[in-house]
Amino acid sequence: MPTRRRPAQWIEPHLPKLVVSPLFAASLFFVYGFIAWTLYISFTRSAVLPSYEFAGLIQYERLWDTPRWYVAIANLFIFSSLFMAGCTVIGILLAILLDQRIRIEGTIRAIYLYPMALSFIVTGTAWKWILNPGLGLEHVIRGWGFENFRFDWLVNPDMAIYTVVIAGVWQSSGYVMALFLAGLRSVDDEILKAAAIDGAGPIRTYYSIILPMVRPVFLSAFIILAHLAIKSFDLVMALTGGGPGYATDMPATFMYSFAFQRSELGEAAASAVMMLVTVIAIIVPYLYSELRRTGR
Amino acid sequence: MNMFNRSAAFVFGASLFLGSAAAQAGGTVEVLHWWTSGGEAKAVGELKKTFEAQGGKWIDSPIAGGGGDAAMTALRARVMAGDPPTAVQLKGPGIQEWAKEGALNDVDDVAKKENWDAVLPPALAGIMKYDGKYVAAPVNIHRVDWFWANPQVLAKVGASMPTTWEEFNATADKLKAAGITPLAHGGQPWQDATVFEVVVLGVGGPDFFQKALVELDEKALTSDTMVKSFDQLRKLRGYVDPSFSGRDWNLATAMVMNGEAGFQIMGDWAKGEFLAAGKRPGTDFLCAPAPGNGYILNSDSFTFFKVSGADRLEGQKVLASEIMSPAFQETFNLAKGSIPARIDVPMDKFDSCAVKSHDDLAAAIAANSLVPSMAHEMAIPRTIRGEFLDAVTNFFNSDMSSADAVKALVEGVKRAQR
Repeated sequence: MPTRRRPAQWIEPHLPKLVVSPLFAASLFFVYGFIAWTLYISFTRSAVLPSYEFAGLIQYERLWDTPRWYVAIANLFIFSSLFMAGCTVIGILLAILLDQRIRIEGTIRAIYLYPMALSFIVTGTAWKWILNPGLGLEHVIRGWGFENFRFDWLVNPDMAIYTVVIAGVWQSSGYVMALFLAGLRSVDDEILKAAAIDGAGPIRTYYSIILPMVRPVFLSAFIILAHLAIKSFDLVMALTGGGPGYATDMPATFMYSFAFQRSELGEAAASAVMMLVTVIAIIVPYLYSELRRTGR
Repeated sequence: MNMFNRSAAFVFGASLFLGSAAAQAGGTVEVLHWWTSGGEAKAVGELKKTFEAQGGKWIDSPIAGGGGDAAMTALRARVMAGDPPTAVQLKGPGIQEWAKEGALNDVDDVAKKENWDAVLPPALAGIMKYDGKYVAAPVNIHRVDWFWANPQVLAKVGASMPTTWEEFNATADKLKAAGITPLAHGGQPWQDATVFEVVVLGVGGPDFFQKALVELDEKALTSDTMVKSFDQLRKLRGYVDPSFSGRDWNLATAMVMNGEAGFQIMGDWAKGEFLAAGKRPGTDFLCAPAPGNGYILNSDSFTFFKVSGADRLEGQKVLASEIMSPAFQETFNLAKGSIPARIDVPMDKFDSCAVKSHDDLAAAIAANSLVPSMAHEMAIPRTIRGEFLDAVTNFFNSDMSSADAVKALVEGVKRAQR
């Protein structure tokens, strides 16, 4: 009997590890394995097919010699800072307004949240039509008699990146609103009453008391928005296709076009590594400081 | 044995028996391509039909998306896994890239037997060969340097088809004054590059085109002629409508069709759009070669990958011979809107634009003014083509000076070659 029970006895404490291990192995291989592979490819002369002959830093030299890469980097910073700031500010404002116990709150909340249910491809295509000077907003307003109205950001290389911001903020601010609304609702009513008795006005109450209390929500919002911003590919592809010219190129679209359209696997891998380094450089210190503050 | 197999196949109609009988007759091919829409799908269907009529087995691997990018990614994975398709829709210097990796089979015995050298334009034959041996077979020829125009719109300003860029500019100015968009254009890098190469041919002529865009001669790339080409491109920028960014080429064609615009500069796949809308060449739309007395060549081809096994090798040879047969070249190109790659195919079933293309092709071969297209991956490797696209599209979408554009272009080409 004991011999038969032994496997079961062994399995029981190890069951969680056994269940998780295939997943662990898969992610080790498919995530970290391929990161390592990409890293290695970035040190080779790989062109149409991967080659495994070590070639030093040549691909990084070429990458940092490519004007288009600088455009992509600048766009990433413009887009991600405005996108994150825009979504957070609009999200918080909407959440505070909705928090005033208004009528049909449920309906309004759903309306604001719906854009999140769309894919970025749909958002991008819809905004492409709205912002197209010959079809959308400009055309309509001119039709109303305002002949001098101009809104051609989509086709203006200097402004096109901001249309990506507009579409991105439209898509994601509702989600940030939902996050903050949940945070605001979790604030104890007693605190609000105490603040009211102390004579704090609504602005001061929100700014000095409630928002600091929902600090963890900022962390969630930041992480979600940051990764949306850095991996943004589909929105750009659908909205501008990287154009006009390559004015709205992002590191992700840059990498795609070098790897798949131009047979430059090595340089594309180098750009992928640069993206990874950027993510690490931004996220890791932030996570570290935030997690330490919460005592974990 | 063979007799038994065939009668058994006949009786059962079973694919297994049919397959084994077929394997002996015409071999097996797996064809990777991205002709999945409209006339293109129909055209590749013709190839399948003729191949199967010979008793071969055709495995279709269509991979749509990204203008062939998805198919190229699949191809890369297949080759790395040691299981390449028999034939792949692959063109231009892309053929050489794969040949250099040792991934291709040659079909030179078929080509020798059927004397391909005598029936293909020499410039095209050179692209199909690696190390002097045919590794690919062309299915068609598209001409890139066309003006497409709407005769009713031209009549409004009393203009005829321009034969020089000066005439074009004059007509465009008149159209603009009349409130009509002179040039229908879609702001996508490959379309910008298409217009650019047509301009280079017109400004510099075929010899200059060959030196600058094919041989990448630095003196030609930095010459005044190149600066002048960019100047003309800058002029064209003034002739497009404000919302041209990102527009697909077929929508630009529709603008000419509807009379919203006067001209489009595009290869003869644009003709397919006109014909599909029921328009007649000569009355509803006009086609004329762009200035420059040259002929910019674009051609689709099937490239033969390194497969093994008698069955597949046999299929490869049969397919090669099939692709180059005059009958197939005729049916395929009637469906796709291009002209046959073989110059000896009778043209009596083709429309007037195709006949013009064919006659000009013969003249261009005789005058040595046939040049491969840079924008359509016929002339230079994709890495360098990418730099051209970047430089041209950046110029077209900014107020950069022509001299700066030339500088950016030369730097880009050097970087890609590094």
